[in-house]
Order: sequence, then structure tokens, then C-alpha cells
Amino acid sequence: MTEQPHVDEFTGVQTTGHEWDGIRELDNPLPRWWQWILWATVVWSVGYWFVYPAWPLISSHTKGFIGYSSRGELRDDVAAAKARQAGHLAKLAKASLEQIRTDPELLEFALAGGRSAYNVNCSQCHGSGAQGFTGFPNLNDDEWLWGGTLDQIQYTITHGARNDVDDDAHYSDMPAFLDDEILDTKEIADVTQYVLKLSGQDHQSDEALSGAATFADECAACHSDDGSGDIDAGAPSLNNAIWLYGGSPESITKTISHSRSGVMPAWGPILDDVTVKQLAVYVHSLGGGQ
Amino acid sequence: MSHIEQYDVKPVNKKEERNLYKKRVKIHPKRVNGTFRSLKWGLMIFTLGIYYVTPWLRWDRGPGAPDQAVLIDFPARRFYFFFIEIWPQEIYYLAGLLIIAGIGLFLVTSLVGRAWCGYACPQTVWTDLFLVVERFVEGDRAARIRLDKAPISISKATKKIIKFGLWTVISIGTGGAWVFYYADAPTLAMQLINFDAPTIAYATIGVLSFTTLTLGGLMREQVCTYMCPWPRIQAVMMDEESMTVTYRSTRGEPRSAFRKGDSWDQRGDCVDCKACVVACPMGIDIRDGQQMECITCALCIDACDNIMEKVGRPRGLIAYDSLANADRRAKDQHGSIKFIRGRTLVYAGVLVIVAAGMLAALLLRSDLDINVLHDRNPLFTALSNGDIRNGFTFKILNKSREQRTFSITAEGIDDLSLKLVGSEDLNDFTVPYVTVKPDRLQSFRLLATVPASAITSNAQSLRLILTEINTKKKVTYSTMFRGPEK
Repeated sequence: MTEQPHVDEFTGVQTTGHEWDGIRELDNPLPRWWQWILWATVVWSVGYWFVYPAWPLISSHTKGFIGYSSRGELRDDVAAAKARQAGHLAKLAKASLEQIRTDPELLEFALAGGRSAYNVNCSQCHGSGAQGFTGFPNLNDDEWLWGGTLDQIQYTITHGARNDVDDDAHYSDMPAFLDDEILDTKEIADVTQYVLKLSGQDHQSDEALSGAATFADECAACHSDDGSGDIDAGAPSLNNAIWLYGGSPESITKTISHSRSGVMPAWGPILDDVTVKQLAVYVHSLGGGQ
Repeated sequence: MSHIEQYDVKPVNKKEERNLYKKRVKIHPKRVNGTFRSLKWGLMIFTLGIYYVTPWLRWDRGPGAPDQAVLIDFPARRFYFFFIEIWPQEIYYLAGLLIIAGIGLFLVTSLVGRAWCGYACPQTVWTDLFLVVERFVEGDRAARIRLDKAPISISKATKKIIKFGLWTVISIGTGGAWVFYYADAPTLAMQLINFDAPTIAYATIGVLSFTTLTLGGLMREQVCTYMCPWPRIQAVMMDEESMTVTYRSTRGEPRSAFRKGDSWDQRGDCVDCKACVVACPMGIDIRDGQQMECITCALCIDACDNIMEKVGRPRGLIAYDSLANADRRAKDQHGSIKFIRGRTLVYAGVLVIVAAGMLAALLLRSDLDINVLHDRNPLFTALSNGDIRNGFTFKILNKSREQRTFSITAEGIDDLSLKLVGSEDLNDFTVPYVTVKPDRLQSFRLLATVPASAITSNAQSLRLILTEINTKKKVTYSTMFRGPEK
């Protein structure tokens, strides 16, 4: 590249000296309006330093005159939202669960809050659609380990199950029939076949017949003679299509041999009463409420 | 009259003079009278009238509804236009309106050139209005040039202050009228006066006042030439048969000055008085031919016609004409106007189709609509007795001003039962009934349960039917009932 400045022959304007495929860029000055806007934004930015948080310091940053921060804005927004909800929250606090469920306005508000609280606190175990997973009950269906009325649901949320926190937590303890050497593997296999029969699944009739006697001796006390379970004892129903740990012979055998015991936290100490109410109404509304 | 004055004027935006790095030379258009000027006064009053008056028109929609004829109600998410009420879901009406406006602009441009620019564009109308004020305060062209050249004095400062004061009043009125489209005009007007209107109202008025003053008062023709994309786009809408403001060079040339008694032989009709140049708000000479700057305001036509009458020649040396006609006249043929061309027919056809479509959509607009969302998670729930249940969010859009009651039924699957969450204790009907408040969207949770025996595949067609109790009006929604793999 030569030192001599190149001048474009058509316009008579000096070029920048850069060339791309024979095209040279004219070295025209920037438009005046463009420069004015540039300088205006520079001046504006100086004002911005003083008004808003701007410069990092060693352990903090400059705060700005108006004391703005995005975190503060969020705090204010949350406070404003809480203030807007205050009226409804007060009504919810006073109303019974049944009153909430039959008042369309309160119900709408409770369901919205319940859905939100559910997503934050419950969805990790029960799933975002409350569909449950193996070992974590589906809250949409009509099978309830600890009862599906509004009050029962509220109790379960408040106290949880088998946790160390709440003395009022639901508690049931199924024996591990193999581990505790109560039954041998043959007996367990027979009971498994009987339980399959109870729930209307394919099974071996002969083994189920001998399993029936064992069931009557060992299981019926909690699960009832017909396998319909007992909510007070925390014994799930065995004669329907819903299985918390799966209804296959392998899974049933495993349950009888080693027992199962899921744990649910007590939410009473964590959430406020109104939130628990909203959750109870929401869970009840999912379709299985009794 | 013995002598036609020859103005000492340069078309400052003439192509040869154009230089991006030159300081703008202010244009001082001279006032003209004539057919087009009268037309423009009329259009100015008409368009400004629409803009300023519309928010104050009332329209009775019954109790509970705003009585403003044209209202864009953002908080309530409604747009009111006389008898039309649009919900946000129906924003396609706005899209349709914009398409109609766009195609309409194409059609008009292909017929009569930049008529929009010359007569109806807000930039033109407000610039015209600001020029009226400038002329009123500072006088006509010659006086304004003298004033601008004169050293600063009390009288000059007074005139400038009065002018800017009046401009500011107009600007604030312009920005002020805008906000009335977004709230109840009389209420907002009182709030504005008492200084308890929302901040956004003052901010909007401030911004729009500033842009009105800047664009209409100070920048004027530069907006059209440098900022607006339309002058660049117009070229593809126009063809050689489009009517536009033209100088008939075949008749005008050779041009030369004219004194009373001079012979008209061996010369053109143009007396080179430059009346067309002094009248031009864009700073060009129409006699140079078609130029990007020309907004076809037609004031040069009026200016020239007045001169032609004075010298006793026919009007229309500068006139609406097509470029094809200019060629025909150059070959001594007769000019003719061809409005019906392939281009105009296509534009008109598209315009009619879109307008008819939008009109049909508007006339067939239902005051009742439903949206049904199938639960995504879980897709279905198996119940203890083996039944399969699906959950739906059932939204009813009641666009009327009456409270309405509906029943919800289902078709397509045997033995299907429906239940609305929350309402089961409120009534004992076998089909779910719901009541929706006036002008509201209400959302319900609907549960559909099917016995295991009726499940034939993992996705069965289902139609949910909403029936209004009083009118028996039905809306059907086709969806799927999901179940386990069979």
C-alpha cells in the first residue's frame, strides 16, 4: 500500500485506502446530525452516572441520587402485589375450606395462589401437573392414602407423613415381611398372586388361593379383608387400578418383602395458614377431591 | 399589468445543488391562491378536524361500557370504534386495516402519484399549518427573508417569540389530542387541567409536542427528503401513465422573460418568472422534471396558472399529467389519461379482496367464542375403577353486554361424563351449567371421564359443545380425549 492518499475520481473525495474487491471506501465526514446525537448521548450518560447506580467501587458501587436498584424495584412490586391481595387474603384466612370452595370469587383467588404455591413447593416431588411419580402419589386421581376431603388434604399438607418434624404427621409402618423373617419367599409369591387377583389383574389361581390365607392372617388387619385399605391405618387400597409403586408382580413382591415408606415434609411450619388453605383447595380441585 | 415580476430565487434543493455536507438553506414558500390551494385548505380543515374532534364524539353502548366513540382502552384491553368493539384476540382487524391502508396507498400512488404526500400526510398538513402561523406573524416570503437576514432586534425577537409561542400552543394541542384516544376524553381533560392526570399522559404529550414542533416547524421538507422512506418507495408504485405534477416542456420551452407586447412566436409559454419556484415548499424547480423531493402539493400549478392568466396564455403549463403524455406531446400526439392499467387493476383487485374479507369477518363476528385447552400434564388420569379422565381449561368469551348462561355437553364418545370443578355443589344438573358475566372472558376447569370399556385408542375425537340456554346458540370445539396405549 502506498503512502500517497488515494482520491476517488468520480467524487473527488479521498478514500480510506482500504480496498475490497476493487471497492474503496470514501473518507467522508460523519453527518452532522449523527455527531450531534453521539455527543448528546455522551452528555446523557454523564447525567446517568449521577442518577442511577453506575460505577463499581472496591466493595460496593455508586448508588445514584434516586436510589434505584432492580432488586428494590422487585421488592416494591412484591409489596404492592401483597397489598393488592390483602383484602382477599384476609377473607381466605376467615373462611372455612368449604366456604372457599363454594364462593366463586374466593375460589378463583385461592386456586391462583394455590397453583403458584404448588409449583414452588410441591411440584418437585408430585410433578408439575400433580401427576406424581413412582413413590410420589398422583394428586389428580381418586385414590387417597390419607383421605381426599378438603380437611384431610389440609391436614396432610400441614403435618406431612413420616417426618421427624411434626408429631402429628401421618404415620404407618408396614412390616418388611421377608427382611423381618415373617414370611418366606414362597409365601410372599403366593400373596403377590392374591393381591394381583384382588386388583383384577392376571394371576396364577392356585398360588392366589394359598396366598389368600396368608393375606387374611398377615395383611387384612390393615388392608381389610377385601383389600380396600384403611385410611386411618394409612393402608392403601389394593383392589383397584392405582399403584403408588407400580402394580407389576415384581413391584408387589418387592413391597411385601422390604416394605415401603414415603416421607412428606410438614408444611405447617414452613408455609402460612392461608397458603396451606389455598394449596388444599387447589389440590382438591385437581379432580380427585372428595 | 405590463410586466411580470421575475423572482430572484434559487431552487435550493436542485439536484446540482444537492450536497449532503452542505448546511440546509431555509425555504420561504410564497403564498399562492388557486384551485389546489383551496383544495388543500379544505383537506387541512377536514383532516385536522378528524384528528382533534374524534375523541370527543360520544357513542352510547349501554351501562357499564365507555360512551366514547373511538377509544383504545389498554387497561381493559378493548378497542372501541363506534359500533365495533375489538378484543385483543381480534387484533387481526387492525392488521387488515393496515393492509387496506397500504394497498390503498399503492393504488392512489399508481393513479395520481404522491397524492398522500401532497395533501393528506400529517407532516404536510402540520407543516402547512405552521407556515400559516409563520406567514401570519412574519409576513410573506419577501418579509420573512428580510427578517431572517436582519440583525437581532426587539421587533425581530418579538416576532420570533410570538411565532414559536403559537407553534408551541399548536404542538401541545396536537400532542394533547393524542392522549384523548386512550382514555375518557372529558375526564382526562379535567385531570390534565388539575395536574392529576397519569404521568404517562404528560410524558406522551411532551414527546409528541416536541416532535410536532421539531418536524412541522423546524425540519419541514427535510423530513420528507431525508427521513421518510415513502419518496424512495413511490417510484415502484408509479409508472409512465401515473398522473403527477409536471411541467409541459414542449409547451413552455424555449423559456424567456416576457414584456407586454412581446410576440409569442418563436418562444415557449414559460416566462421564466420563477413563480413556481417561490411557491415550492420543497425548494425545487418543477421545470427540472420529476424529482424525489417533489411531494406533488400542486402549489406550483396554482402559481403558474395565475401567471398564465395574467399574460393571456392558457392555464396548465404546469399541470397534472403523465410522463407518457409528455412523450406523446413531444411527438405532437394528443395526451390521454389511462387510469385503467394492469397495475391499477391489480392494486384495486387486491384492495377489494382484502376489504371484502375484512368486512365479511367483521359482519360475521360472533359475540360468543370458546377456547379449550387440553391439560398437557398429565394428559390423562387413570382412576381407581379403571376409568380415564381428561382435564380441560374451558374459556368462554362473552363479547356481549349481557350476562349469559350456557350448558356444556360433549359428543363423540359414549358414556362420557362432564364435571365442572367448583360448581358441582351449586347445582344438581346432569350437564354442567355456567354463567358468564357481560363483556368478560371466564375460565373454567372441565373434567371429562370415560369408562375403561369405552376407550378404543390413546386419542379419540371429542367435540365439546357450548349452548346458550336462552337462544340455543351453539359453539363447538373439536379436541381429543387422551387415554393409555391400547
